[in-house]
Amino acid sequence: MSIRVMKPGLLTTVQDSGRTGFQKYGVIVSGAMDAFAYRAANALVGNGNSEAALEMTLVGPVLQFDSTLLVSICGADLSPTIDGKAVPLWRPVVVNKGSVLRFGAARQGSRCYLAVSGGFDLPKVMDSYSTYLRAGIGGFEGRALKEGDVLRVNPWTELGRAIADKLASAAGDGPFASTRWHVSRGMMPDYKTDPVIRVVEGPQMHLFAPDSVRDFFAGTFKVLPQSDRMGYRLQGEPLRLAAPVEMISEPVTFGTVQVPPDGNPIVLMADRQTTGGYPKIAQVITVDLPLMAQVQIGGSVRFRLVGLREAQELYWIAEKELDLLQKSISMLFR
Amino acid sequence: MDYLEMTPLGDSAVVVKLGDRIDLETHRKVQLLSGYLDRHPFEGMVEYIPAFTSVTVVYDAMKLYWDRVQERNETADQEDIPFDVAARILKDIVERLEVTEEYEPRVVEIPVCYGGEFGPDLEEVASRNGLTPDEVIRIHASGEYLVYMVGFAPGFPYMGGMDKRIAAPRRPTPRLSIPRGTVGIAGEQTGVYPIETPGGWQLIGRTPIPLFLPRQMPPTLLQSGNVVKFYPITRAEYDRWEARER
Repeated sequence: MSIRVMKPGLLTTVQDSGRTGFQKYGVIVSGAMDAFAYRAANALVGNGNSEAALEMTLVGPVLQFDSTLLVSICGADLSPTIDGKAVPLWRPVVVNKGSVLRFGAARQGSRCYLAVSGGFDLPKVMDSYSTYLRAGIGGFEGRALKEGDVLRVNPWTELGRAIADKLASAAGDGPFASTRWHVSRGMMPDYKTDPVIRVVEGPQMHLFAPDSVRDFFAGTFKVLPQSDRMGYRLQGEPLRLAAPVEMISEPVTFGTVQVPPDGNPIVLMADRQTTGGYPKIAQVITVDLPLMAQVQIGGSVRFRLVGLREAQELYWIAEKELDLLQKSISMLFR
Repeated sequence: MDYLEMTPLGDSAVVVKLGDRIDLETHRKVQLLSGYLDRHPFEGMVEYIPAFTSVTVVYDAMKLYWDRVQERNETADQEDIPFDVAARILKDIVERLEVTEEYEPRVVEIPVCYGGEFGPDLEEVASRNGLTPDEVIRIHASGEYLVYMVGFAPGFPYMGGMDKRIAAPRRPTPRLSIPRGTVGIAGEQTGVYPIETPGGWQLIGRTPIPLFLPRQMPPTLLQSGNVVKFYPITRAEYDRWEARER
């Protein structure tokens, strides 16, 4: 069972929940930028939490299905079609052998995930499927997908088979069949082109000039074109320290908002380095990282301060909801 | 041992600050806590990242919530939040650790082919300091360098202990691509690039031995706390070595 890459798209990589446990060696975590969409995509095809999936960026690939597969497409709406027919997002889809999946305009969001039941048949490197582009390891041969690549797919999971069986009758002669139900809007992060991102205080927030702290929360920051999987580069009212500080490099994490001397904040994302030497004004809360990951270049963000207790409670709720999604799918189809 | 503070780094990490400047005493504390967490990771800990003056511990908030809730059968809103739980566990660990005298770091010897096409900036480092290239090599290869921290790239060592006589500022314009294995100088620091990256360091040589070993455990030649010594090899030795590594 396999999928053939007819066109690779702008940046299509294999990702999972990240390469954790090796940061002490300077190995970056990588992994899906939008962990919610990635995990939902896996849940919808009956996979566990950390199967390899494709992360597609703005311009999606063209993929030919060499066998009938159960897939789901979650995250950004990159106008997917199968043999010319629009495919709905956020639900299981049986794609028939020989069909071609294409993507069109990025209607909303930046990053879209394609999961297949059983996952892609790839070797794990350092316990992860994630592609570490700079080191050339993980994912598919340590690189972004290219034209002509053939992605082998593992046998379907039992749950995936059960989901597909119910869909099979609906497929008929069409290129695909999908469920009518889907992940509810209310469960998803509040994806927007100009979201308000919630943050907790960063370790050096108190070192910034009071005016700059005010500007950080009152202002709107534009997303610059240099933004990538490593970080979102923002531009707004330049942020200044109250007094010059000699910083000693220390760890950073997913969502750390650091401010280099030019005053333009950078929100560190999945491919961030393990350590950084710039003052950290804030930290995006885990549940809002998907919002950041989906903002398009040219879009804008604003920041709102929440307490650590609220951040951790929101995280608890989000995890419970994802857990519930997985449980409902398996109850529905077993 | 004592510590300065424990602060949250977002909703999934705690920074244990063990000192406020880069020195041997703080480094020893970082090593002690790291070693302990390697041997005794606590339930809910995801990983830790040692740095110059701190150890950052990444945790899974869900596990720290649930453990507490189950253990004491209380409702979540009366509970400590996961950060409080993680900080308390770490405080107990740090306070129980004792800074001992004995200290035997692992010594790693790294062969370097200095100058030529591998070290295009060797001449400049020499002339800036009023030395000959050979003198720079001799000074660089006679030093013992302590790896205070690993970061920037897999297995990239932030090392202390370089002789000031061979110090050189970063290049005004960074190079777009520096080959892996390149040995460089920036200010009073020296380092080795484990993978090909852009960079602004002055390049003085290259080692044929790999520093990033993704299929081995540990995956890097150098780890925080190691002592590095460099020794010069000829171009012919470099080529033979590299052929063997392939």
